Amino acid sequence: MSSEFAFVGILAVFATLLPVAGLAVAWLVRPKKPNPIKQSTYECGIETRGEAWVQFRACYYVFALLFVVFDVEAAFLLPWAVAYNQLALYAVVEAVIFVAILALALVYAWRKDALRWT
Amino acid sequence: MEALIRWLVDTFPPLSEALARLIVYVLYSGVLAFVAPVLIVVAYTYMERKVLARIQDRVGPNRAGPLGVLQGFADAVKMLTKEDVTPACADRVVFNLAPVLATVAAILVFAVLPVAPGVIGADLQAGVLYVVAIGALGEVAALMAGWSSDNKFALLGAFRAVAQLIAYEIPIVLAILAVVLAAGSMQLGAIVAAQDIPFALVLPVAFLVLLVASIAEIGRSPFDLLEAESEIVAGYHVEYSGMKFAFFFIGEYMHLFASAGVITTLFLGGWRGPLASSDSLLGVLLGFIYFVVKTTAVIWIMMWVRGTLFRIRIDHLLDFAWKFLVPLGLILVVAVAVALKLPAVNSPALRWIALLGANVIAALLMMIVISLLARRSRSAALRAVAGAD
Repeated sequence: MSSEFAFVGILAVFATLLPVAGLAVAWLVRPKKPNPIKQSTYECGIETRGEAWVQFRACYYVFALLFVVFDVEAAFLLPWAVAYNQLALYAVVEAVIFVAILALALVYAWRKDALRWT
Repeated sequence: MEALIRWLVDTFPPLSEALARLIVYVLYSGVLAFVAPVLIVVAYTYMERKVLARIQDRVGPNRAGPLGVLQGFADAVKMLTKEDVTPACADRVVFNLAPVLATVAAILVFAVLPVAPGVIGADLQAGVLYVVAIGALGEVAALMAGWSSDNKFALLGAFRAVAQLIAYEIPIVLAILAVVLAAGSMQLGAIVAAQDIPFALVLPVAFLVLLVASIAEIGRSPFDLLEAESEIVAGYHVEYSGMKFAFFFIGEYMHLFASAGVITTLFLGGWRGPLASSDSLLGVLLGFIYFVVKTTAVIWIMMWVRGTLFRIRIDHLLDFAWKFLVPLGLILVVAVAVALKLPAVNSPALRWIALLGANVIAALLMMIVISLLARRSRSAALRAVAGAD
């Protein structure tokens, strides 16, 4: 078990080396002639007004909340699915009820128009 | 891998088992981290250009090398020598880290992919969970890039990216859940071993859900809203140039291959095929060839979709995920779970039939529900129009 994660660790180090090495080589060979116009924010040639961190619509936040609900659900259901063959019938009923409650949450969000992009 | 470790220990007696394991791990990670990205990016960018050119009735790359096969290397040299422009107001640390993370996240998925019989970096017990978790790192990279660029296009692209990627993450997990139920394990090696029949044949609905959601997850057309060039220029990587842009590109193609590889492993039997086995070197090689061919076929379907369909609107995109794929996934998981526990299911053949039946029922149920809902909303819209008159 630990040796498997050792492999993931080794791969993570090697995988980081690739882009770092690539960027380092590029840093050595590429031309460097910065000027203020070049470094200004690219907006198709129009001059930028204000900074980029402006307010965005709240819809994104609602979808993110919904995502959390279902992602946590998935984390709970995966171990259940692994042990499924050893489980008795009541585990099926339990899981169905669990999924039904979450489906209810989805229906609720749907009825409340939280899923509508306005 | 295990066989190679044993062979090393037997042939070079002073080598301890732990050291031999370390050597094999380092070699294999080196292959995955340095050789695989170059080969995959060069081969599949070439393939993508040729396929798209064919669909659009063009020739495609034909200048660099015979039939343009060296185009990828020409691009690499060009990217390497391009000046790197960083916006003056950018958050430099995050700006530089984002492409690195995008590449690393895509490469790390390969750690759990069984690419040939017995060749798997880490057959983690929570393998599919690892795939999903590492896949989510790519989303963080997109958000980091958009956030740090100090560009409204980039920020908008990043927001879209996150909204889209998290929406399609759930159908992916639900489709994987159906596979885990059928295979009884989260280890990718065990899932491959469980596929006496490829799961695509017995779980066709889950296969299609995963295929569609994967296309969205890697942000390819028709789900390429995060880099819709006609709306927000290039989305989250609009401010990137030179090698940093190249690493987003590499990350994208690695992610493409990794996603197709996961689909192959979960649904198409991975390396399984006639004569593929871990007993002989030939069998291993044959298994690797099967894996690559199947993965390339999946990638080809994705390219075909890209060449055929147009980009969809963001509200349609989110509706499709939340109002179609997620309910379908939930129904599917319940149907598969119930089908596996039916008292009549007591032989392997019956098991496959029960799984297939569960898929058909789930698909039919979803179709009925969605057509009723669509009819209702259509008639409501008609009433609204009539009322306005």
